[in-house]
Amino acid sequence: MSKVPYEVYTEEVEALSVLSPDGEIINKDKLPELTDDQLKEIMYRMVFTRTWDDRAVNLGRQGRLGFYAPVSGQEATMIGSEYALQKEDFIAPGYRDIPQIVWHGLPLYQAFLYSRGHQHGGQVPDGVNVLMPQIIIGAQILHAMGIAMGYKLKKQKQVAITYTGDGGSSEGDFYEGLNYAGVYKLPVIFFVQNNGYAITTPFAKQTAALSIAHKAVAAGIKGVKIDGMDVLAVIKAVQEAAERGRNGEGATLIEAVTYRFRPHSLSDDASKYRSKEEEGEWNAKDPIARFAKYLEKKGLWTEEDTARVKEEAKAKVNEEIKKAEKTEKMTISGLIDSMFESTPKHLEEQKADFK
Amino acid sequence: MAQMNMKEAIRDALRVELKRDPNVLLFGEDVGHVGGVFRATEGLQKEFGEERVFDTPLAESAIGGLAVGLGVQGFRPVAEIQFVGFIFEALDQMAIQASRMRYRSGGRYNSPIVFRTPFGGGVKAAELHTDSLEGLLAQTPGIKVVVPSNPYDAKGLMIAAIRDNDPVFFMEHLNLYHAFRAEVPEDDYTVELGKANVVREGSDVTIITYGMMVHTSVKAADELEKTKGIKVEIIDLRTVSPIDIDTIVASIQKTNRAIVVQEAQKSSGVAAEVIAQINEKAILHLEAPVLRVAGPDTVYPFAQIEDTWLPTPTRIIDAVNKVLEF
Repeated sequence: MSKVPYEVYTEEVEALSVLSPDGEIINKDKLPELTDDQLKEIMYRMVFTRTWDDRAVNLGRQGRLGFYAPVSGQEATMIGSEYALQKEDFIAPGYRDIPQIVWHGLPLYQAFLYSRGHQHGGQVPDGVNVLMPQIIIGAQILHAMGIAMGYKLKKQKQVAITYTGDGGSSEGDFYEGLNYAGVYKLPVIFFVQNNGYAITTPFAKQTAALSIAHKAVAAGIKGVKIDGMDVLAVIKAVQEAAERGRNGEGATLIEAVTYRFRPHSLSDDASKYRSKEEEGEWNAKDPIARFAKYLEKKGLWTEEDTARVKEEAKAKVNEEIKKAEKTEKMTISGLIDSMFESTPKHLEEQKADFK
Repeated sequence: MAQMNMKEAIRDALRVELKRDPNVLLFGEDVGHVGGVFRATEGLQKEFGEERVFDTPLAESAIGGLAVGLGVQGFRPVAEIQFVGFIFEALDQMAIQASRMRYRSGGRYNSPIVFRTPFGGGVKAAELHTDSLEGLLAQTPGIKVVVPSNPYDAKGLMIAAIRDNDPVFFMEHLNLYHAFRAEVPEDDYTVELGKANVVREGSDVTIITYGMMVHTSVKAADELEKTKGIKVEIIDLRTVSPIDIDTIVASIQKTNRAIVVQEAQKSSGVAAEVIAQINEKAILHLEAPVLRVAGPDTVYPFAQIEDTWLPTPTRIIDAVNKVLEF
């Protein structure tokens, strides 16, 4: 009989980093294989997403968006993890994980429609394998697990990835999903963006475990902890997890330690539970600045590039928000017809009350 | 035609659909190897393999979420929740996630899922194994709730439920699994969801009911006819959401009097909904208020007083007499 490896869950796990804060390669073995063009594309997407987030916060304040959960600070986890996937892989996002589904193919104006409470926002185009963002914390973890079983049954070498935060890792659905994925050896990646707070509750009050990655042990799946401010570490970890999934080696839990620079949502004041010092420390780890240093040293990126991408992003966001604003409003009749494939008689009758 | 009890009829429906459509999958706690705690799925894993019929770890929310994910992938899951009291563990996935998939995704995805669950009292089962939660489920938009009362309907409704592209709750009364045998065609056929059945024709009063209470009502009707010559019409709803109000109205136009019988607690449930719809559509045909015969608004009782708690033929007869004498 093999011995229980106690040391696995009684010792702190070091988070994998590939880039130092100065943009130096510190872990050559884990450097993902990427061409210069790919590196530039990743940087483009991160800068684009930061600009879009800035604009979205303003649009939210102007009342042109509805519910919006800011993403700045989490570009490495969001952009890197999606970039490591194939087009046919499936994404089951939490409420904050809009960038992943947009970069996976959901048109940006639909993301805005989703925020504005329009059901066309979730009407994902054919060939784009994403679910709409999930509001119930953890429910999407089970959907991804089921989607992964679908791939396994269809004998397709694809993976499903799902996202939640450190708070989500406390949910029953999180444990149930990990456990099922372990039992059925499913090609699924559970990606936890540990940004230190579940709205206002700090990580220390979320769990007594030394890391979320440790929780994989109980489910019999692989668990890894990574530096979530290092886009290359994120890409490498997701590539490895996807590879394991495609090879029939089962599920992976990835804990990425990251930070959201802005509050949980636009109606929340982070200064009530986070200190200026803490925010400063994390600002110094900005994933875009770190990756930019690396690319600048390689001669692949300049400040002018950043400025250019920002302008492009602003123009694109303006265009897409206008498209969202011009989209015809939902109707009660359309809402009623979206309950069932064919609308039952009693619902047909209820339409008359709204004419 | 074969003689089957309701459990065998349900199993036969599952077999027909597993054979017909490779996307149909059957899973839940203990449903695979042993065929479920009631053996309703016995032999199906052997016939269709472990990829199609399988046991899950003990976690109801994950059973629901697995069904939702597989539905997105184009499969047609038939997921069993072992006993009705455990559906609360899975209600997020069943009543929120599955039911809203079509709406949330603007029609891109649906949830072609059947959630099977045994329910219903009178069998002296453990606590939380028998409650009648159909009213709670019926109030959830986006799902259909089916409660068969006999083997023929059970098979036809189950096949229809599996072929439906929206989520269906299929509630199987524990007391009916082995209650009696009836003729059931061996080939495939469907009984339309949302369509009630007039199981007994009469002219004096209508009883609207479903599930086990169809049989309790028939006993009451036999007694009323024998002792007083009262002719009772009985409607078996078969689907408690949506309710087939047209069949009910047609009957009330004939009898002008009605009662509704349900096992579930009296308030806010299926009976209340039936009466509300009768008020909207047939009030001028009524000669008396529509009464409810139901369990009291308490928690479902422990086994010792279960038989008194559940509606009896006597309570039904009393209610019929009341509406006739109004």
